[in-house]
Amino acid sequence: MKLFRFFLVGIVFGIVMAKSEAMSWYRIQEMFRFHSFHMFGIIGTAVTLGVLGVALIRKFNVRDYSGRSISFIPKERSMIRYLAGGTIFGLGWALSGACPGPIVVNIGYGCTTMLVVFVFALLGTFLYGIVRNKLPH
Amino acid sequence: MIEFLLQPWPWWFSGGVIALIMFVLLFFGKSFGFSSNLQTICSAAGAGRFASLFNTNWKSQGWNLAFLAGAVTGGWIAHHFLQQEEPVRISEATIAALREYGFSAPLGMQPDELYSWETVLTLRGFLILAVGGLMVGFGARYAGGCTSGHAISGLSDLQWPSLLAVMGFFLGGLVMTHVLFPVLF
Repeated sequence: MKLFRFFLVGIVFGIVMAKSEAMSWYRIQEMFRFHSFHMFGIIGTAVTLGVLGVALIRKFNVRDYSGRSISFIPKERSMIRYLAGGTIFGLGWALSGACPGPIVVNIGYGCTTMLVVFVFALLGTFLYGIVRNKLPH
Repeated sequence: MIEFLLQPWPWWFSGGVIALIMFVLLFFGKSFGFSSNLQTICSAAGAGRFASLFNTNWKSQGWNLAFLAGAVTGGWIAHHFLQQEEPVRISEATIAALREYGFSAPLGMQPDELYSWETVLTLRGFLILAVGGLMVGFGARYAGGCTSGHAISGLSDLQWPSLLAVMGFFLGGLVMTHVLFPVLF
């Protein structure tokens, strides 16, 4: 099945969120208090390797499994939406201790109350869709 | 190897695995970004009747929903089969700081003071998680991505918008932690 490989990659993602403790509210608090290098190390390593890898993909015009060259879609240029949206996201991230990926990892992990966060994250997404045209971007 | 994987994973290994996930998705012709799933689920649930944002061909995002299902399963596997260690071993400084707001030292992955059903079934406890989730969902779509889409994928491609978004993530997180926590807890 075509989708099964993404299911497998998702499993690896769930496991790394758990084994690194990045899914924990405590680790997010520790990060926003600058008490430990742990979370910065995780994100920093991922981004450092990511920058190197993406540069190599561009330089050597690496192709994906189907032979198409891997392309990167530039995000639209703007300022307000990234800063304002990002700040709202950050407020919720520090309060709930979870960003969207870890929210669902927590549910599988057995933190069933995270379902409340998940349902309201869906509602928040819906709400954005409703008011989108009235917001500065 | 197995022994290593059953220990808590160090930051450098965890970060490497996350980068690898991004590259595997690129190789499969996709871009790592988790919060799109929230939009996809809204679309699948018929939200397109209310807002054009959700008038998309959500079935083309099936791969990301499969990734989501895998993420749930991965959390379950880690908890039941990979000797997940608890409690979370955060620094003494964080434990001391959180104690001031009424949080006891960690007993597991998440604090009971926020995530036990006992807490969530109070109005206050419910509202904290509800508002947190609402802001995560709203903010992610407004900013056009979350930690994976901006902090990992976007920064790896050196995109300015993603740097702005990540600055916003931290600004919001710092304000919540250092300004609003003393008011809320």
